Formats: sequence, C-alpha cells, structure tokens
Amino acid sequence: MRYLPLTAADRTEMLGVIGAGSVNELFCDVPDGLLLDGPIEGLPLHASEMAVERHMRGLAVRNLAAGDAPFFLGAGAYRHHIPATVDHLIQRGEFLTAYTPYQPEIAQGTLQVLFEFQTQVARLLGTEIANASMYDGSTACWEAIAMATRITRRGRALLSSGLHPHYVAVANTMARFTGDKIAASTPELSASPGEDELFAQIDEQTACVVVQYPDILGRIPDLARIAEAAQAKGALLIAVVTEPVALGLIEAPGNLGADIVVGEGQSLGVGLQFGGPYLGLFGCREKFVRQMPGRLCGQTVDAAGKRGFVLTLSTREQHIRREKATSNICTNSGLCALAFSIHMTLLGGEGLARLARINHAKAQATAARLAKVPGVTCLNEAFFNEVTIMLPRPGGEVIEELAERGVLGGVPLERLYPGVDGLRNAVLVTASELTEEADIEALADELTQVLA
Amino acid sequence: MSALNPSGWQPSMGDAGTSGEGVFTSSGDRGLMFEEPLSFEIGAIDKCGVDMDEPEGQPVAALGPFLRKSAPDLPGLTEPETVRHYSRLSRQNYGIDLGPFPLGSCTMKHNPRLNEKVARMPGFADVHPLQPPSTVRGAFEAMDELAEWLISLTGMAAVAMSPKAGAHGELCGLLCIRAAHDHAGEARDVILVPESAHGTNPATAAFAGYRVESIPATASGRVDLAALKEKLGPHVAGVMITNPNTCGLFEPDMKAISDAVHAAGGYVYCDGANFNAIVGKVRPGDLGIDAMHINLHKTFSTPHGGGGPGSGPVVLSEALRPFAPLPFTVRTGDGEAHLVEESNAEAFCHTLAFGRMTAFHGQMGMFTRALTYILSHGADGLQQVAEDAVLNANYVLRSCDDLLIAPFGSAGPCMHEALFSDSNLPEGFGTLDVAKGLIDEGFHPMTVYFPLVVKGAMLVEPTETESKAGLDRFITSLRHVAKRALDGDETLHAAPVLAPRRRLDETLAARKPVLVWQRDPG
Repeated sequence: MRYLPLTAADRTEMLGVIGAGSVNELFCDVPDGLLLDGPIEGLPLHASEMAVERHMRGLAVRNLAAGDAPFFLGAGAYRHHIPATVDHLIQRGEFLTAYTPYQPEIAQGTLQVLFEFQTQVARLLGTEIANASMYDGSTACWEAIAMATRITRRGRALLSSGLHPHYVAVANTMARFTGDKIAASTPELSASPGEDELFAQIDEQTACVVVQYPDILGRIPDLARIAEAAQAKGALLIAVVTEPVALGLIEAPGNLGADIVVGEGQSLGVGLQFGGPYLGLFGCREKFVRQMPGRLCGQTVDAAGKRGFVLTLSTREQHIRREKATSNICTNSGLCALAFSIHMTLLGGEGLARLARINHAKAQATAARLAKVPGVTCLNEAFFNEVTIMLPRPGGEVIEELAERGVLGGVPLERLYPGVDGLRNAVLVTASELTEEADIEALADELTQVLA
Repeated sequence: MSALNPSGWQPSMGDAGTSGEGVFTSSGDRGLMFEEPLSFEIGAIDKCGVDMDEPEGQPVAALGPFLRKSAPDLPGLTEPETVRHYSRLSRQNYGIDLGPFPLGSCTMKHNPRLNEKVARMPGFADVHPLQPPSTVRGAFEAMDELAEWLISLTGMAAVAMSPKAGAHGELCGLLCIRAAHDHAGEARDVILVPESAHGTNPATAAFAGYRVESIPATASGRVDLAALKEKLGPHVAGVMITNPNTCGLFEPDMKAISDAVHAAGGYVYCDGANFNAIVGKVRPGDLGIDAMHINLHKTFSTPHGGGGPGSGPVVLSEALRPFAPLPFTVRTGDGEAHLVEESNAEAFCHTLAFGRMTAFHGQMGMFTRALTYILSHGADGLQQVAEDAVLNANYVLRSCDDLLIAPFGSAGPCMHEALFSDSNLPEGFGTLDVAKGLIDEGFHPMTVYFPLVVKGAMLVEPTETESKAGLDRFITSLRHVAKRALDGDETLHAAPVLAPRRRLDETLAARKPVLVWQRDPG
C-alpha cells in the first residue's frame, strides 16, 4: 500500500524488539470475539491512485459545476474569483500539514498569519478585536448569542426576520438544549427590512438583537438605529454578515454600533465546495474578550526579546477550563482563515472596495434586466449583490426548469422556508464579478421562456 | 545500512560551532532562517495584487446612506510580494511534510496529495450547496458512499454527516442522547466523564446543558468499572468514554460498561479521536456504543491546516438514529442518493431530528478527501493502518521505556500511542524541557502534559505513515534529549535555541493581550 512505509521485514524486526509474536498480540486487550480476523466483508479492497481518481471523477462529473453554467446563487455561500496565488500558497506543506500551533517556536508561520487574520477581520467588521475563526457563519452566530447571554445574564435572543433561516435553525437547535429563549419570525416580502417590528419586541429580558446585514432577502437594515434601540434596553446588537465583500462598499457594522459582529468568511479565498469547509468570522468589543469563544492569537516576545506570537487567553478554553469553558470549540478553520487572509492581502482595502463596486454594478445590471422579464418584479430598493425577485408561480419549479435549460438561476425561497406560502413565488438572485453580460442575458431569456 | 540508503550516509551531528551563533547579520535573516514583518508593515493601502477594471457609471448612488465613508484600512500587496510574504512565513512552520509530528491524540499522518486533487475537481469544489438536487447527484452520491463506509467500519446503524469538527460531533452525539431522553419523557441531567478525558468532553456536556461528574481511573489507566456502576442511576443520561483511551490503552471492559449504562437507562458516547488504532480491527458497534464522532482530519487523513478545518461525522446506534440532525443523505430503493432536509424530512419519515447543527450539509471538501483516502486503502489497507499504527507506537514504547518512565508499560502493550511520564527526571527538569529539546533536534514534540492523570505526561503517536528508519531517528533523538535531562544538563532549559524563536513569554501575552496590530503611535 503506497501510504504505508513499513516492509514485512521491518514489521518482523520491530515485533522482535517489542517482544511480541504477532501484531494481534498487541491487541490483546480487545476481548475475544471482538477482534476482526480479516478485512470487513463486503467492502472493496485497496485501489491504485488511477483507479480511485477515475471513480471520484465519475462522481464529480455528475454535478453541474457553477463555472459551467450561468450562475446566480448566493444565500450565504458566494461564488467569487479566487486568485491562483491563494490556492497555491495554502498548499504549501508547512501550512497545509501543520497542527494547531501548540509549539509556538516552530509554528510562527501559522501564528503570524492568525494575528494578521485577526487584524484584518477586526478592521473589516469595524470591531476592536477578532478571534482566529470559527467553523462557519451559522455556528459563529450561535456562539455570539451564547456569549451575549453570558455578558448580559439574560436569556432571550431576538432574531430579525431577515436572518438566514439556517442560522435561525442552528440557534433554535442549541437554545432547545440550553434553555435560552429565541424569538424569530419569517420575513415579509416588503422593501423594508422591518426594523420597526423588531423595535417593538426589545424588552428588559432581551440579551441580544441579531440582525443580518445585508439580510436574507438582500435588503440593508439600518444598523445604527437598531443598535441604539437595543442598547437603550441594555441588550447587545449582534450583526451577522454572510457576504463580507459587501463591507467594501457599505459601512462596517462595528462602526454603526454593533457590539458583536459575526460572519461567514467563505466569500474571500474559499470556494463553494457544496457548503463546507467555510470559516466563521467573530469580532467584538475588547471589553468582552474574556467571554469570547475560540482560539485567540496574541503578540508577545521570546526569551531573546524577539517579537513572536502565541495562542493566548486559553483559560477561556475547553482544554484548561473543561466544563467551565466559554465554548467547546477546539479545531477551528485555520486553513480557510489562511485563504481568507491571503485573498484579503492581495486585495487590500482599495481592492476590496473596487471588488465590491463591481459586484454591486453587476447585481444592478441583473436586477434591471430581470425587471423587464414579463411577470417578474424586484423587491429591493437598496441592495448589495443580491436581490429578491417575485415570480407569477412557485420559485422552486421555475429554478428546476431553468436548471434543465442549463441555467443556475438563483435560490428559491421555498428551499429555505419550506411550507411558507407567502414566500413560495420568490427567488433570491445573486451576481458577482464573475457574472458576465451573456450570463444575465441567458437568465433573462430562459426565464422569459419558462414563464411564458 | 538500509535499502533506502545503500551508501550508509549519515547526517553530520550538530554542534555549537555549526549553528552560527555569534554571527551578526544586518538583515535579521540567518541563512535560510527568515524573519518576516507583518503584512501591515510592508503593505500599502493603494497596492493591490488583483487587477480589476472600475465599473462604468455611478453604480453606488442607490446605496446612499449605507455607503462606507472610506475603504477599509487594510494595506494590500502585489502578487510577488504576497507570494514571498506567505512563503517566507511558511518557513517558520513545522508540518508533517517535513518530519514526524507525533502529537498524541492528534493522529498526524501523511496527507496524500491525490485527496487534494480530487477535492479540487470542479464538480466538487465549484458546486453551490443550494443548487437544484438534479444538478448535484454526484455530490449526494459521494456523501452517501462515505456514509456507508463509516457505517460499515464502525458497525453502527446510521451517521450524521454535518458536524464540522470533533467537538461539534461530540455535541451532536450528546444532543441525540438528550433528544432521545426528552422523547421518552425522561429528565436526566448528568453525564459521566472519565478524569482522563479530552477537555472537549466536559466542555461539550456542559454546552449541551448537562452536569458533569467525573469517573476515576484504575491503577492500570482504565475506567474504574465498579466506580462507574456506583454512579449510575435515573439522573444519568449517559457516559462519554474515549476508546482507545487518552492513555493510549484499549478499554477491555467497554462492553460491560455499555451494558451497565444501558441497564440504567443511559446511552454510551464514545470519543472517536483514537479510532486510528482500531479501524478495520474492532467495530465500535460491537462494543455497545450508541454514538461516536469520527475525526476525518485524524483517522482519514484530511489535512489539519494549522488548526482546521476538521470534520466530525457521528455514527449512531439504532436507538439514536431517529434523532439525527438534518441534513443527511439516504439511498432509496432505486439506488439514488437523496439529501434529507427540512423540506422533505417528513417524506423520508425522519420527524424526530433534534434540529440542525450548521448551515448547509457539512464539510463536503473533507468528505471527498476522506472518501478518496478510504478507497485508496480499502478494507484491507485500513486494517493494515491500525496494525502499523499500533506496531509503531509499541516500538517507540519499548525503545525508550528503559530511560523514561512508561506508567502503564508493565501492564502490557499500548495501542497507537506510547505514554511516558517525567517522574524520573531530576529536580528542575520536566516534560517541557524534553519537548523543547526535541525541537532543536528537528522534530515536532509529542503531546505534553496530557492526559492529566499522569504526571508530566508525554504522549507519542507516531502513526502508521512513519518508516522504521524515520522512527529510529526519532527514537535516537528522544533518547538523547531524555539523557540530557537525566544528566541534569542545564543548557536544556534554554531549548529551543535553533528554532525561529526561543521560548515565548505566554504570561506576557495573556496579561496584556495584544490581539490586533496597531500602528506604532510614535
């Protein structure tokens, strides 16, 4: 087997050193009858690199890759151009095959990257500090809610109707077991993100108000007003950003008063990958640092006085605090954080702003063209790169028919909100710098025919 | 002389005269050992490594009040500067590609590059999770194929694929247990955890709303079955057991533990971090386990990437299967794989799911890598993996137990990890010195000070992908460093002296946390 370096002679010699007659003697603690005497039956045996590659390619080609079709999906996962440099650098073995940096003297590469990542994330989100990443946006969102309940010692979280329904589902799942109360609702198909409905529900038991920015329908809520209303009642504002490229163009949530800002970082440097691995962004006010979940990288000096970096404040974490830890998270999303950070470094602030302007321009062009398709109306007034369109019939079947015609036309809201009648005819359409004029025309033409 | 080295070439032995101490360099770099500033110190706000044309017209007018006042304060770098920055940083890292990485309980094995190639096939890498099912049949197929392997290898009934890492998988398993008790109308609030457990175990139990009670270990490093039985009762929801355990030992009473817990109405969670020792040799399902996470980034070789991403699917017993979280795949009679999620859970008769743990469907990029790894090995190769991993660990154990104390060495063989203690080192010397000394020898140290039940623990997990020659080099170095400590060599306290950094001041880092870079006010 090509991955196993021991030879038969090695094995014999090593058993001799150990003083065992056979390798099964080393498994002597396994009770009789439980040790399998041969390979598990019914499973294939080892295969060559060629054979495995052929098999996997056979599976891969049964999928329609986004790059092979006019493509307009978003809703929490975004297709952007990833510079070739990113994927090359993350495959350097010293990054790819390192563990969590427990021995900082020989992990300064990973640690410095994490320190740079934390700085980039904090500046992007407009927060004072940020951690070294979470699993993804949805789990970061729940962790932020849990953190807010610890800080405020209140047990009720108010989720805006514009929060991604998967994020709501994760929060509801967790709250069911922690005993926290979650107030959530499904969005209305209106141009306003519904801040006023939210204000009415903030009370003295509210630990946090959770608002997605831009929201699940592509609308942009007025975070500054919500921050003011939440903080007036002693609640924290948690802003959730699923499309960080937007922050090249619209104001950072931290600058608008959000106390904790979490996000899905996949848009920068990380491919769609059918949903994972992604990376959670997590920033907040510095005074909350000891309540933060996840790894933190901090600056220090070595014995010779040179600047260096270490994982720090681990007294918050599971391996020290065990059942009193702020979270059970251990492994995070290091390599995705590296990809994010490299892409961010390549762009710089001005580059990110330009990328955001291009995204917005493409979305405007898409929305304007689709509005001319008979039967289609656009919901949004303000949006970044994502708009909700309303169709004369259910979005799911329209999107399926478009797929049959080779167009990946968007995310039908009934996929995200099964059984919600009011949203059945709506579809979320996303554009990016990868969207070409011909893609927009193809979507408009096919949609016209499907709806005719 | 070995077959690989017919010339008998040996590396020259290091000594103080060749390390270049005392040589001043104006750059701060020392030959191939580079110093690298932060990107913020070398970048500029008007530099960019991505060429893009400004869009035509005035596209941002519609955003009015939401517009950012200024671009984010993030310096950029051009492409050549970016490549150089990260390449130079990478040189300050140790990875499995460079040598053994024997971190106990972390299973740092070789990461096959075919896995990377497969994960990057456009049909896997460039597919959106919410595409119409008709356009992602192959993705469901791949998920289901991996799921079937995991079920077969563990002898369990089902698998929840979505957990994002081991600790997330632990949470998934405990939430299944809670959901099962809730469904039965039972209020049980205690999880029993051995004192040798990973820190994630008690942290997860607390996160899932349980109280944690500790179970002591016996003198031979195993769970104390009698003590466990005493603690069982109507308030105990279950136990979390690591098997093989964190001392690197198989729990011979596992089946008896499971039977006792089941008889008391509880469930058995197994931490699968150490599955590499038994993959293809023992099926956890045969041991009475109800839920176990599998770290795809350990046993199935998906790269650790400097701290993730991981992936932690959870295999489940028939009793817990109905409570598995959404989404997951099932194969229907026609052979087609389907994704079960909120919209079709009822149609697939899965109405008791405890909820959803994450957006989307789990770590697909890790699934394709793990499946590639599994198919490469096959059932026979995986069994050989466990055998070689255990053989390598025992070889290290018996090659060093004359110098270092092996606390459970006299009780018999270990599994895939060799555990040593620093209890025979002279006053003032400890595990940290041995670890840092190994860094100067060019190795990544073992796991240190874990498990907590052993004084000054050193947990060595060589894995099956180390050659005998590689192990012999490691053993020689470990013995050399241990000897230095035993001889009271005070210079060991300064180690490492040959790494990119000397020992770092962790107290300073925690006392005055500097977590983001700030421009020097001066």
